[in-house]
Amino acid sequence: MTAIEPAPVMLPGQDLATIDRAVGDAVLRPATPLWWWGGFTIAVAFTGLFILAVEYLFIAGVGIWGIDIPVAWGFAIANYVWWIGIASGGTIISALFYLTQSEWRSAVNRIAESMTLFAAAAAAIMPILHLGRPSFFYWLFPIPNTMGLWPQFKSPLLWDFFAILAYVTASVLFWFLGLLPDLAMVRDRATTRGSRVFYGIAAMGWTGSHRQWRLHKSAYGLLAALMAPLVISVHSIVGLDFSGGLLPGWHSTQFSPFFVFGAVLSGFATVLLLVIPLRRLYRLEAFITQRHLDLLVTFLLLCSLLLAYSYFIDALLPFYGDDKFERATQLHRFTGDWAWSYWGAWSLNVVAPQILWVRALRRDWLICLIAFGVVVGMWLERIMLVASSLYEDFLPSSWGHYVPTLWDWLILFGSAGMAAAGFFLFLRYLPVLAAYELKEILPPPSRHGESQG
Amino acid sequence: MSGLAAEFAAEAALVEAAGRLRQAGLRRIEAYTPYPVEALDDFLPRPRAILPVLVFAAGILGLAGGFLLQWYGAAVSYPLDIGGRPPASWPAFIPIAFEIAVLGAVTAGFIGFFALAGLPAPYQPIALLPGFERASQDRFFLVVDEADPRFAAADVASILGGFPCRVVPWRP
Amino acid sequence: MTEFGRRHLMQLVAASAALAGLSGCGPSETPEKMTPRVDQAPGETAGEASYVATAVVQEGFATGAILQHRMARPVKLEGNPDHPASLGAADAPMQGTVLDLYDPGRSAAVLSGGQIADWNRLALALAEKRRQWSKDGGTGLRILTGSISSPSLAAQLAALSQQYPAARWHSWEPLSRDNVAAGARLAFGKPVDALPQFDKADIVLGIESDAISAAPGHLAFARAFGARRRAAETGSGKMSRVYAIEATPTLLGAAADHRFALKPAEIELALRAIAAAVDAGPAEWRGSERPGWVDAVARDLAAHHGAALVHAGPEQSPAIHALACAINAALGAPLRHIEPVAADAPGLAELAAEMHDGKVETLLILGVNPAYDAPADLGFVEALKRVALSIELATHVDETAQLATFHVPALHMFEDWSDARAFDGTATILQPQIRPLVPGHSAPAMLALLAGTQDFSARDLVQDTWRQRVSGDFAAAWSGWLRKGVVDNTAAADAAVTLRRDFATALPKPAQTASALTVLLRPDPFLRDGAQANNGWLQELPRPFTRLTWDNAALIAPATAGRLGIASEELVDIARGGGKKVRLAAMVLPGQAEGVVTLSLGYGRRAIGAVGEGVGSDAGVLRVSTAPWQADDATLHATGQTYPLATTQQHQTMDGRDIVRTFSVDDLPKAAAAPERASLYPPYPKGDNAWGMAISLGSCIGCGACTAACQAENNIPVVGREQVMRGRAMHWIRVDRYWSDDVANPGARFQPVPCMHCEDAPCEVVCPVDATVHDTDGLNVMVYNRCVGTRFCANNCPYKVRRFNFFGYSGRDPRPAMSWNPDVTVRDRGVMEKCTYCIQRIRETKIAADRDNRPITDGEAKTACQQACPTEAIVFGDLNDAESAVRKRKASPLDYALLEELNTRPRTTYAAHVRNPNPEIKEG
Repeated sequence: MTAIEPAPVMLPGQDLATIDRAVGDAVLRPATPLWWWGGFTIAVAFTGLFILAVEYLFIAGVGIWGIDIPVAWGFAIANYVWWIGIASGGTIISALFYLTQSEWRSAVNRIAESMTLFAAAAAAIMPILHLGRPSFFYWLFPIPNTMGLWPQFKSPLLWDFFAILAYVTASVLFWFLGLLPDLAMVRDRATTRGSRVFYGIAAMGWTGSHRQWRLHKSAYGLLAALMAPLVISVHSIVGLDFSGGLLPGWHSTQFSPFFVFGAVLSGFATVLLLVIPLRRLYRLEAFITQRHLDLLVTFLLLCSLLLAYSYFIDALLPFYGDDKFERATQLHRFTGDWAWSYWGAWSLNVVAPQILWVRALRRDWLICLIAFGVVVGMWLERIMLVASSLYEDFLPSSWGHYVPTLWDWLILFGSAGMAAAGFFLFLRYLPVLAAYELKEILPPPSRHGESQG
Repeated sequence: MSGLAAEFAAEAALVEAAGRLRQAGLRRIEAYTPYPVEALDDFLPRPRAILPVLVFAAGILGLAGGFLLQWYGAAVSYPLDIGGRPPASWPAFIPIAFEIAVLGAVTAGFIGFFALAGLPAPYQPIALLPGFERASQDRFFLVVDEADPRFAAADVASILGGFPCRVVPWRP
Repeated sequence: MTEFGRRHLMQLVAASAALAGLSGCGPSETPEKMTPRVDQAPGETAGEASYVATAVVQEGFATGAILQHRMARPVKLEGNPDHPASLGAADAPMQGTVLDLYDPGRSAAVLSGGQIADWNRLALALAEKRRQWSKDGGTGLRILTGSISSPSLAAQLAALSQQYPAARWHSWEPLSRDNVAAGARLAFGKPVDALPQFDKADIVLGIESDAISAAPGHLAFARAFGARRRAAETGSGKMSRVYAIEATPTLLGAAADHRFALKPAEIELALRAIAAAVDAGPAEWRGSERPGWVDAVARDLAAHHGAALVHAGPEQSPAIHALACAINAALGAPLRHIEPVAADAPGLAELAAEMHDGKVETLLILGVNPAYDAPADLGFVEALKRVALSIELATHVDETAQLATFHVPALHMFEDWSDARAFDGTATILQPQIRPLVPGHSAPAMLALLAGTQDFSARDLVQDTWRQRVSGDFAAAWSGWLRKGVVDNTAAADAAVTLRRDFATALPKPAQTASALTVLLRPDPFLRDGAQANNGWLQELPRPFTRLTWDNAALIAPATAGRLGIASEELVDIARGGGKKVRLAAMVLPGQAEGVVTLSLGYGRRAIGAVGEGVGSDAGVLRVSTAPWQADDATLHATGQTYPLATTQQHQTMDGRDIVRTFSVDDLPKAAAAPERASLYPPYPKGDNAWGMAISLGSCIGCGACTAACQAENNIPVVGREQVMRGRAMHWIRVDRYWSDDVANPGARFQPVPCMHCEDAPCEVVCPVDATVHDTDGLNVMVYNRCVGTRFCANNCPYKVRRFNFFGYSGRDPRPAMSWNPDVTVRDRGVMEKCTYCIQRIRETKIAADRDNRPITDGEAKTACQQACPTEAIVFGDLNDAESAVRKRKASPLDYALLEELNTRPRTTYAAHVRNPNPEIKEG
């Protein structure tokens, strides 16, 4: 990223007060903008569809989906991997770049973390919906049952269960810790009694004393240092869910890094997709500058290349080795029922983003388009990995097909609506930028309120 | 605590004032700022950093506990023949042990922070200081505790008088 | 979903109706005082099974069976080892009879004009008639039955014809073997049954033969046939060589070393050529343009005088049967000739003619359904309208029931006393297995009603019939017969036959039909003539070659399909020269002769019950009495529409993978294919037993009996067509069918695939909740109650033998609760299931052995599939026991593990398929 000649992380003419106005008033203004209502309504509508689909799922059973034998896994698993991947992007931005002390992170980490939160929530639901008997999901907890039987600790699925548990919990704590001082700021700016009480409780009595700041910095640093390896491990374990099996196309040693690359790629894409419209809608151009977009795009391109490497290795190894099953599966991916998902992943995740190397082309709309393409492409990759290894494996007699039903699609789009609804609530009621971090990176002369007293 | 409070509009003045007070031998000073001001570290009392120790301990505990849990459940309490694998196949226990360790450390860090910072606190007397609501926005406050052995209202006032700030006696 | 919901509802309605009848009036007119049991009845222990011998009667012939009773109700049928037609095996239709017994769709009330009628109305009407018959000797009284081998029923009919000399008895068997008899008449001048003795046959030539698939005694034939096919594998004697000439695939053809797919017209010419070559016919029969293999086959037959035989299927023309008789005579073939077992009677054509002429006033139809399966040209439905009083006895309210004046619910063959004879004449007494579930009547009871017999009892009838046949203590003999399931020394004696001198000249000239398209009408492998069409097990059992369920299809050779531009699942209209047409989906089937389309009978039932109604299309409308099996003047029109077929196998070849290994008998491997592979894991200590299974691919004929038996034993639910199409069939043991890569004339390879019970099972490692684990006997056990349904185990099973309850299939299955096997958990929605090696049977023997403080003896624990298998292809036992049959099988160099490179260490292994080709012949 040294290649990029540095645009400013923050436009000049800002001081403590302007930051507070930009961040705080967006939360406290009485009038809710029309675009918010529009977006929120759509999101809630899809959430309704999601609830409907889940209700019917619980009543009728997973048979309403397209899954069968041999393809016993379907959308639920693909959606899960997809969502958790998107989530990881936020954690990488807020945790990894905190450790590298990258100033630019301060303007986007709150948005990224919040996105992580709702994406992780959507992800966490999927494995439970996926179960044949969802009401017994708690049997995965490490508690012996009445017969003294424990869960099976050698199963990648159990590893995954613990990974999600740790990841979702840690994400919430990390997010709230970072939010605390800004909640206090909003509390102190609040005018109506309701908001004073609400944010007063939320801020938990934060005063901004030096002692608190020191503890906060140390705690935040520690959590960041823990979140970074955690998110990597979560994705490696998701990769093991597949490579732990012996199926051709799954049983691969490179899946863990492969999955991490893909996850971060989709994460950055989603952040771009959110940040670009938000800086317009919230007039945040001063804080989220071209510099941020350039950086995010650069990382998008980096991940895209890393993923290309994984795709390439994945496609190459079967023909390098002599496992006829691996080869057959790879050929099925090239030409079989689900070839469209395979080539879709290549073109959307690897080929299309490359045009962003041309800086002149980095128009907002084009970046959004590419980013959206990546988000779609990553889902295609997930469903491709799930379905194409299953429907034609070892014994030709057992080869089958996989045809998703309406209910599969409702679960997918419904979960997106649910995550979006959550994110809209965050936009309306919580500070979308980390105000105190922005104040910290203000150039020293402008670190003052508007009127010198 | 109670004593003298000074409200600054800019960080630089605050830091300088804190330095002068420190020179004057005052120890019991607290600053309230809208964002962390690292320059104050040299002049304000520095609590011992026990949070990292706490987090590390929790992590190690989680790791050990995670291994123990799995080993006990799979090899001692209810051993079963799972796919011909040995009951205590430790490599398979690594991921869960790691996740538990991280979860433990993160939770410890979070709870530890709130405990040490004395949060949540429904009532913060300092909040009654007039204009204090801007401490979280664009004002900087210094409070000198009269309980400080070297505290003398006049001296402190005169020191602070040398800076662009509003000095008010502070009684909760 | 929706279609599921609808069917489910209808089934529930049917079920409640049946149960209402069940709880309502008992079978006997005199109400009996019921006493609730306080102490256990002698000889019965709760939870322990008792076994009662009887027989299953199919197309008139008996096959011995033993019914396993639990708490005084039959739950599982096994073959009777002491019965010559079973030898312990049981085919799929036999297994299905248990489900028929409990079928909620059974008729439970006397009907008249579709309305429930009072039995007395019928009784009075007949009393009226009896008065008249006693005057006019039964003029206008006709009785129509199926093919009958029952001595007591025959005796009853004889007595009846004494009482009413003018009355007539006709018999109608939709799957008749008349051509066999006609062929015998042509050859020997009299009808005889010829029983092939495959144990003595080095060379077998099958002419679309049903000897091991459907012929009376096919289970016994298959046993001997399989033993000779396994000879090279077990090193016991000489392996037989099998040739097949056929227009449409048969199981014997699939097992053949050389199979020649010919058009029907060509078959007779080829057979004449062979006959000439073995001096069974004039030299001019050899023909000029015969294919090269004909002489080679003939030479091989001739070279094995006394050890070579020809067998032709019942659908072949009398001429072909006559030729077969002649060739067998010339070869001194190992056959037994016996007097026909089934009683002879005038057929349906004569009856229909009389009905049209209005000569029939009263018609009693016993257990046949001519309104559905009578040849179209007889116009039976119209004729029936001209009969004043028609009474039908049937288990279901079927097509005939809707036309007859009265419909009387029939008792199931397990609900009343009767007797029947096997293919070799051996008689069996059929004992009632359960108090009738519906207030029905039996055929003898109906005949007794005609005769006016007072307080008739079927038991007395059977006893009286047999009392005359034994000298000495009848009671002792009787109980002996019942216990054994066989009446001693009743096998038919050999009948002397000599070939007619004028045989060659008397033989009708071969028909010179050069039609582009020949339609063959063949019985469905499992539904047969459709009488069992309301049986979900049989409907959902994949057909051996097509792997098709819940439908019949127009089977057509790839070449012909290409010529006509037809693809699988395309709807076609097939008509016989301007006659009625039948519409059904085409299915391209390798092994069909060019220009030949095969349709299965037994489908398109218009009335029988919620399960069977409207399944498939009724190909019977193409039948005419003169040519019931074949339509040469058939036309086929593609409609352009498509109709999805519910097949359980999507891919038909092995793609060059090492799945079914095949060796020629001349170069068998000397040592085991692969030595035990190394493993990272230390071995677990073996328990008292180490259960394992060996499956001989060489002797598996693909009949599907194992799948049916497994479904019956293990409470495997029926899921329905729509679910099968979505890849959710639940069978625990499937029989994979691969076509060998020879496109021109592909051979079929059958491979039964149950759970392999891998020692290093991939499924167990990925289960997060210990729902599938190993037990100390090395079984891969499935703990239903612990399963949360992640389905990772199914993904990770390289053999894909795991089945998942995507819906609550068991709850939707229409069978009544009392019919499930109480020894096996009925699985709930959302749990995984799979083959357990019939663990309930293993435990039963284990408990018995522990009680007697002895080890389990070899063969004591049999899996359901093993027990039903007619060819003994499946052997199960304890690998710790060095003397066990399974250990011996696995010691063979032919033994191999499926996908052994994965090193899952399966407990189920296969013996490679062995072929014995004729070096002189390249093709086939």
